[in-house]
Amino acid sequence: MAVTERSGQQKNGRQGNGRKPDGRRAYRSYLSYIDKSREYYGAHGYPQPYQWAYNHEVAFTPLSKPLSECTVGLVTTSFFRAGSEPAGVPAARPKRPYAARCDDALEGLYNNDLFWDKDNTHTEDLDTYLPINRLREFAAEGRIGAVSERFYGIPTDYSHRRTQRNDSPHIEEWMREDGVDVAFLVPL
Amino acid sequence: MGLVARHLEEAGIPTVVAGSARDIVEECGVARFVFTDFPLGNPTGKPGDVAMQRDIVGTGLDLLERAWLPRTTVQTPYVWEADDNDGWRDHFMRVDDSNRAALAAAGEARRRDQAAAKTDGRARTT
Repeated sequence: MAVTERSGQQKNGRQGNGRKPDGRRAYRSYLSYIDKSREYYGAHGYPQPYQWAYNHEVAFTPLSKPLSECTVGLVTTSFFRAGSEPAGVPAARPKRPYAARCDDALEGLYNNDLFWDKDNTHTEDLDTYLPINRLREFAAEGRIGAVSERFYGIPTDYSHRRTQRNDSPHIEEWMREDGVDVAFLVPL
Repeated sequence: MGLVARHLEEAGIPTVVAGSARDIVEECGVARFVFTDFPLGNPTGKPGDVAMQRDIVGTGLDLLERAWLPRTTVQTPYVWEADDNDGWRDHFMRVDDSNRAALAAAGEARRRDQAAAKTDGRARTT
């Protein structure tokens, strides 16, 4: 019986595609988006693969005071829907970095134009990609000092240079204005 | 986003990145990284699962306090599909013999559209 066959397959611990959830594999289990995107866009006929950022040296700044006294600033790659930007947030396209009040994002942001797995999930729950509510709970409990009243948006720019020379300094400047002590960044 | 984290860290602001594209973040090189092995879209937890979201965000806060070296990656314990956790991986950006011709055609169509848009743009500006 076919049903018995399938359940027999599960009994030996294999998933539907024949791979064991635990055990040996010829490939890493987590996805390499660098490999995937190179093959995918190569198959579309784009000969020059995207050049991803690689750095050997990485800076490290320890906390300068207890986390319970720190103001946390959130950074996202999502934007307000074009035409629905709150006052003070530029409606410019191409996208530019922005700072906006967390309260203005509670209804959700727009990210259908970004690169994510739209077949397997959705972004209708804000805290799955911009955890304002979860961080505010930690602030209420005293785990962190506060959540910055503003969060910060950054375009996922093709140009590393623009991100480094133009966009990142804006984010830093807004964080200093808002007294942000630590940054919590969530790329979609 | 990794580049922004690097800039802030160099400017003296401690950072943590929460994400699901492990190789992209680690190649860029950041100080602290909370990795959740999920489809791209929900790096701080599944929709509707407040406890999971709280745990992932809390792990990021722990990392801010406890990491002592850059490139500290912590992987959260969550799996997307307990029964078939390779299904979404195999499906995403799939390239195989069943769709190779369709992908090539889509690329051609896109380049034609872009070329046409460029020509229209020139026509408007002259």
